Amino acid sequence: MLNHYPLWKYILIALVIMVAAFYALPNLYGEDPALQVAGSARGVEVDDKTLSRISKKFEGEGVQYRSAKLSSTGLLFRFKTEEDREKAKKIAETELGDDYAVALNRATATPQWLLDMNAQPMYLGLDLRGGIYFLMQVDMEAAVLKSVNTYVSDSRTILRKAKTRYLGSKRVDNDVVIRFKTAELRDKGLEILKREMRDISFNEKEDGKTFMLQGRLSEAKLKELKLFALKQNITTLRKRIDEKFHGLVEPIIQQQGEDRIVIQLPGIQDTAGAKDILGATATLEYRAVDEEHTVEQALSGRVPAGSRIYYTRERKEGSRTIPSVPVLLKKRVIVTGEHVTNAQAGIDPDSGGAKVNVSLDGYGGKRMGAFTKENVGKRMAVVYLETKQTTVLDDKGNTLKDEKGNTVFKRHTTEEVISNAVIRGHFSNRFETTGLDSVQEANELSLLLRAGALAAPVYIIEERTIGPSLGQDSIDRGFRSVIIGFVAVLFFMAFWYRKFGMIANLALGLNLVIIVAVLSLLQATLTLPGIAGIVLTVGMAVDANVLIFERIREELRNGNSPQNSIHSGYEKALMTIADANITTLIAAFVLFVVGTGAIKGFAVTLSIGIVTSMFTAIMVSRAVVNLIYGGKRIKDITI
Amino acid sequence: MQILTNTKIKFMSHRRIAMMVSMILIIISLASLAFRGLQLGLDFTGGTLLEVAYPTEVELSPIRDKLQSNGFDDAIVQHFGSTSEVLVRIAPREGISNADISTQLFELLRAQNSAVESRRVEFVGPQVGEELTESGGIAMLAALVCILIYVALRFEYRFALGSVAALAHDVILVMGMFALFGIEFDLTVLAAILAVIGYSLNDTIVVFDRIRENFRKIRKGNATEVIDTSLNQTLSRTLITSLTTLLVLVALFVFGGELIHGFATALLAGVLVGTYSSVYVASSVLVSMGISKEDLAPVKKEGEQEEEVYEEV
Repeated sequence: MLNHYPLWKYILIALVIMVAAFYALPNLYGEDPALQVAGSARGVEVDDKTLSRISKKFEGEGVQYRSAKLSSTGLLFRFKTEEDREKAKKIAETELGDDYAVALNRATATPQWLLDMNAQPMYLGLDLRGGIYFLMQVDMEAAVLKSVNTYVSDSRTILRKAKTRYLGSKRVDNDVVIRFKTAELRDKGLEILKREMRDISFNEKEDGKTFMLQGRLSEAKLKELKLFALKQNITTLRKRIDEKFHGLVEPIIQQQGEDRIVIQLPGIQDTAGAKDILGATATLEYRAVDEEHTVEQALSGRVPAGSRIYYTRERKEGSRTIPSVPVLLKKRVIVTGEHVTNAQAGIDPDSGGAKVNVSLDGYGGKRMGAFTKENVGKRMAVVYLETKQTTVLDDKGNTLKDEKGNTVFKRHTTEEVISNAVIRGHFSNRFETTGLDSVQEANELSLLLRAGALAAPVYIIEERTIGPSLGQDSIDRGFRSVIIGFVAVLFFMAFWYRKFGMIANLALGLNLVIIVAVLSLLQATLTLPGIAGIVLTVGMAVDANVLIFERIREELRNGNSPQNSIHSGYEKALMTIADANITTLIAAFVLFVVGTGAIKGFAVTLSIGIVTSMFTAIMVSRAVVNLIYGGKRIKDITI
Repeated sequence: MQILTNTKIKFMSHRRIAMMVSMILIIISLASLAFRGLQLGLDFTGGTLLEVAYPTEVELSPIRDKLQSNGFDDAIVQHFGSTSEVLVRIAPREGISNADISTQLFELLRAQNSAVESRRVEFVGPQVGEELTESGGIAMLAALVCILIYVALRFEYRFALGSVAALAHDVILVMGMFALFGIEFDLTVLAAILAVIGYSLNDTIVVFDRIRENFRKIRKGNATEVIDTSLNQTLSRTLITSLTTLLVLVALFVFGGELIHGFATALLAGVLVGTYSSVYVASSVLVSMGISKEDLAPVKKEGEQEEEVYEEV
């Protein structure tokens, strides 16, 4: 029989509609204004007690809240109105004081039973919900350089230990170059170094007078080094973000390519603060103070070999400014900031002054132990290094490129002494720095130590910050244009194709529901161009129905019976629809693969829309047509 | 409602005029692209952009003066969307870390008027801009090549060339329009152009599908006549789909807000040009390359003879 669907097709369609409706449902609930509370000082945690304390206070002040929940990210209060939340925020802040952080947030109002079944609203991109996006470049060149420098000093230690005389060891580009007086010494050195430094391959070289070994890092080691730098930086950045925002944001931190890191901070508006902690490519170095020479001597131009002049950081304490002073430090580094595992400010019970407790990892502890053993009573300083990268402009004001067409960068490094203290005794992985001027200074120092050092400097190469009002604007506008475009198409179709137009409209509406359901289910990021993709799909989705209906009209004009016309109309249009949609899918797929961020969002909604529109426009509309006309004797159809 | 049914427009007899018009438009577009160039957005050039909102209307000149007196001589300051919203742009620069510029800019504006609110900050490093330009170009080429291969496999190579010619025509015209009128070309516009490729292709494939079907079905008439018949048969569909798509695009253009304007503009132009090109450019290429019924005829049964028809080129 013509125009009849087997039962299973109806069941399948009904099933798809039900599932789609279920997963699209959470998007109808919208969001509640919410307040998040977490401990900000070390050791301060929120618990049931905090919860009841604040809720009592809210009730006492007459502030209504919808619900209160304790989770791993702290306390979450939901409110009915923004005004309630404003009031609640002030109450919570005065009640809890500085040890707690209170942040404004939005929480989905979807009921728990839906969330339990994994039905969530669509995940909005930063351009819609507001927040900060950073793309950071890891300076791999610097990471390699740093590592080669370590190999240079290691080679010296190894040769000295093995009592093999050498003339010198230094870094030339990315190579370690060690010079010997005779070929015999070099052979002996090579034997030892080969055994001790397995990551490096050595070449022998001569320049007439001296015999040299040129050591180069193996490709595998270089790769490992870069991967390690990247992973370590991701860990450090995550730590810094948690430190800064007290775990109140859900940051997305991802590796991109071989040397880049993407950071997304939804809901955060404090760009400057975020940049300070992320962009600060700070590292720390513990160095010995050169006490054999005076700073005055060095300042007058006679800087001793093996030492360098540094300056202390200028600090503000209340209205008083503590100026920068020169300090003479040894060039050899005892321990770098990578090895600091923890640092906390506290009060020294003996003197009553401020102090910072520092913990080092195993390697750092060993080196510190070896150094302090022989240097009790001498001074040790902490140097804070910060690198920033800028581009260089040519005469015409364009960015300068090298011969290969790559952008040329200039690095600026700031080095400041943030602590200069006497070593009171032999210690290794746990020690304290005392004699600090104030609690404030101790807090600042501990934060700098704790924030962790990056394995390699990072630079922000892309930043996008969207304010919350703009995000909401974009949602409203996008939503409005989808609705208006949708309604316009509905009217047109109903007007043009009458009854069949209504069927197409039903399919179109269902298509929209399925797109929303798929996006919610995949938790794919919905961006502004993504909404544009949905709008475009609405316009193009009716195309399949238009093709079918025009075919049916043609068949009718050719004198076929209505039943036959419907049948062959659908049949003949099918191949055309498939061909047309597959080619569009190809374009969308290429967009997805090559595009970034916002473009990807557009490609995703476009692809989903194409696939779902094939289902609704072909199968669903056919099912409805079959239900209405199938198996009946009809003389005339309105199309 | 039915109009435009049973039309018998001789599309292909106008094809020389259409070709002329297309050629002229392409030349204007290429000339605009070559001499005026695209007004590339921040995504491609790199630099800093700051969008701020004031509670009330605001004059631009005090903002310009403030920025100029603080070393941002090259700042481009303009209203964005309304007179209470302002957009500031700065080219990449030397000396200070580029990531800090936006912070400095905003501090300057706040010092002048504390009610200012930061709505959007974008900073794109020069290396990222270069990569985006490159990957954008690659995306476009990759899409064209993939489509070329698919159409060649599904139809015949002349159809593939016809559809790609139509696509290239659309892309050049839309980009030319952006260059000619100096409309900013950013990442969303690039996405729109790729969507235009998808859309215009959709249109072309529908027409080609019908031509293929008719080549196999219709026995009388030469290639040109069959193509004309096919175009007439699909005309109603072509126009209705364009119309529904244009409906939503106009909604997007009018109500979608400032950020999506370029996107909507590119698509509006693309849909119009794409509709025209699927009728005239794609099919004209087929005729010019001497497509004939045999090229698409199903395997001939023995003894069956078909009339050979060639169109003079």
